[in-house]
Amino acid sequence: MKILLIDDSKTMRNIQKAILTQLGHTDVLEASDGLDALSKVGAYQPNLILVDWNMPNMDGITFVKQYRAKGLKTAIIMVTTEAEKARIVEAITAGVNNYVVKPFTPDALSERIKETLSRVAAA
Amino acid sequence: MPQAQTIESAVNPNLVTPFINSVRDVFDKMAGVKITAQEPHLKAGKSTGHDISGIIGFSGAVAGSVVVSFPKAVAERLVEAFVRMPLECGTPDFVDAVGELVNMIAGSAKPYLGGVASISLPSVVIGQGYTVASMSSTPCVIIPCSSPHGDFAIELCIARQAGA
Repeated sequence: MKILLIDDSKTMRNIQKAILTQLGHTDVLEASDGLDALSKVGAYQPNLILVDWNMPNMDGITFVKQYRAKGLKTAIIMVTTEAEKARIVEAITAGVNNYVVKPFTPDALSERIKETLSRVAAA
Repeated sequence: MPQAQTIESAVNPNLVTPFINSVRDVFDKMAGVKITAQEPHLKAGKSTGHDISGIIGFSGAVAGSVVVSFPKAVAERLVEAFVRMPLECGTPDFVDAVGELVNMIAGSAKPYLGGVASISLPSVVIGQGYTVASMSSTPCVIIPCSSPHGDFAIELCIARQAGA
């Protein structure tokens, strides 16, 4: 399982990476913004993407739109402080499969990752 | 389009309560630290009186700035609880962690402020005796916060905008 972790905060990448490791996922590639991520997806070909919304250079929603525009179907979880319903709808419409609002407990993020992966496996 | 006018400032509890709830929630979920908010009061003077400040801007239906200020020792202990390891004050990782805490505090409060607002990427200032300038017409409210690691404060200089 290859997981691409996109967040401009190294702190948040480390926290999410630690949770992924606890779940047994150690093949994790990090990107610091949407632009950085787009430059890496071709070679890495992730099975799951965790992406923040507010980032410099290219935000998460723009990344999702551009990624989906390529016809790529990889499951995407948006992990963000943006908690308004309108934002969640915007993200789902753009192609996000699941949504986690910061702050989150490790258990909450773990559950959402497991749920997303099982949905993808069942599809 | 009519020019935005301030119709309600942070003196109003409707703009203060979301931040009290968010700071408790952020530290509880992300660091396992219980925060107690004290009675908010109007800011007197210009200096934050602390060594480290995370600053985030609001625009849209709510405009202004939110500053979370910590004494150095408190920031170091809270950051350690957040990232599960000690980080030296002033290092890029330390600054990133403080910025992310402030980002989550502001982001968690935002949906409860009314209307559609956006927040900026966070900035972090480290030093002593600095002043964080704000919109001159907007009164600033201080929310003193207590934690097992020491006290810190949230400074709200925000106002709800008419016509935004």
